[in-house]
Amino acid sequence: MAYHNVIMAGFGGQGVMLIGNLLAQAGMEEGLNATFIPVYGVEMRGGTANCTVVVSSDPVGSPIIKRPLATIIMNLPSLEKFQPRLHPDGVQIVNASLIEKSNLDPAKKTVFIPANDMANELGAPKLANMVALGAYIKATGCLPIEAVERALNHTISSHYAHLIPLNAKALQAGYSFKG
Amino acid sequence: MSDERILIKGNEAVAYAAVSAGCKCFFGYPITPQNEIPEVLSKILPESGGEFVQAESEVGSANMLLGAGACGVRAMTSTSGPGIDLMQEGISYMIGSQIPAVIVNMSRGGPGLGSIDASQADYFQATRGGSHGAGRTFVFAPSTCQECYDMVQDAFDIAFKYRTPVLVLGDAIIGQLKEPVLRHAPRNKQDDKAEGWRVEGMGDRAPRLLKSVYLEDGALAARNEMLEAKYKAMRADIRVETIDTEDADLVVVAFGSMGRIARSAVQLAREAGHKVGLFRPQTLFPFPSEQLEELAKQGKRFLVIEQNAGQMLDDVRLAIRHYADADFFGVMPGIFVDAEELLTPILERMGGAK
Repeated sequence: MAYHNVIMAGFGGQGVMLIGNLLAQAGMEEGLNATFIPVYGVEMRGGTANCTVVVSSDPVGSPIIKRPLATIIMNLPSLEKFQPRLHPDGVQIVNASLIEKSNLDPAKKTVFIPANDMANELGAPKLANMVALGAYIKATGCLPIEAVERALNHTISSHYAHLIPLNAKALQAGYSFKG
Repeated sequence: MSDERILIKGNEAVAYAAVSAGCKCFFGYPITPQNEIPEVLSKILPESGGEFVQAESEVGSANMLLGAGACGVRAMTSTSGPGIDLMQEGISYMIGSQIPAVIVNMSRGGPGLGSIDASQADYFQATRGGSHGAGRTFVFAPSTCQECYDMVQDAFDIAFKYRTPVLVLGDAIIGQLKEPVLRHAPRNKQDDKAEGWRVEGMGDRAPRLLKSVYLEDGALAARNEMLEAKYKAMRADIRVETIDTEDADLVVVAFGSMGRIARSAVQLAREAGHKVGLFRPQTLFPFPSEQLEELAKQGKRFLVIEQNAGQMLDDVRLAIRHYADADFFGVMPGIFVDAEELLTPILERMGGAK
């Protein structure tokens, strides 16, 4: 049985909801079961946002995960919240552009990736989320990277369809990252 | 209609299902966590030839719903707990007047304004009639986005079959969760058979009166006897999902979003070598009492898990009372729990971790 779960977290505006939707969409398109559940900070705009995605060959029971098998961490408040909760066998994808290495728990398996810097190099500063998702796919083998790229067609709104190739490039950059 | 699965929220599934089932009128007033239902319907219902009305309040919604139902039209409203409070008068009159309607409650935490987070504390309100005068509504409890879709479709058939308001009781988790949903035409759509009673303009026929007031000697007693007989007849449409109950020593009973989280917990318990099963009522009224009693006769033990302080627990105890009692684990409204947190109380009742 294939089973993966991941919590993705960052500031509002960093695009964690988008990559969560993308992963669930890709899982569905691969014929698997998937759930996506968002948690918004109730307090304010620009606060933290996180979502939980489960991709599974069996029907998904709990969409709520407290000890995730993986996390994608885009900012320091999210690291502080979710690093202690990462499953002992889990892996965290941590945004090295915004988080100092000294914050990492050496006991946790970590892919420390400068997602914002890599996105800037692609000329697409908003696509740090895609870079991080690419690194997650590489680290977990959750789905084929091609499936995630294909799912961009349904997840990116038609208004931004012209940006799909750039999103795919950012995914690939993260997928090919060697830490 | 496409056979392709689409990734949508439970709320969105409710909206698409309503249109596919031939819903022609929606009346509602905004409240979180169900706002995607009117959001989607405000677009797709007019496109399909229906009417979308944002009412001035939930009191207005319920009475507009009564009016549409009285005309024999497939109509729906959606809200969350506090809105259901305001609709109770209209719901009682619909029950008393035998007017079909579909009412969706994506419930939230209470009492009072509570919070927008998950809660199952509207179980009593949903299953005990909610309003004055002993009226009951048929109650579906979806656990997945696909069930949101399928049950809303079926809710319209049930509403016309029994000429009754039907409540679909979800919560913030089911409403906000996205899952693949297969949109399909109604699989077994029933004829509404409304020609004989609806008030659509009398023309040459004899006048009709849909009413809930019965003042003549003995008339109200007869009315109540008829309604009670109808509630009994509804038992033909009871639904329940059971998983691994055959050889189970302990049967976990849970509904809605807690039902699916409990399913994962039961699976973890099985993997740890414990004989645990799941009994998930998909209809809360009528309640699958006979099915539970059958399991009790076999000597099984029961653990009810709900996101409230113990409400369905009463129905479970009534069902199994001649053979067993039920234990309870409650999760307070407003928090999220995962499968591991539900596994702990299960293992405690199985003598601890192996």
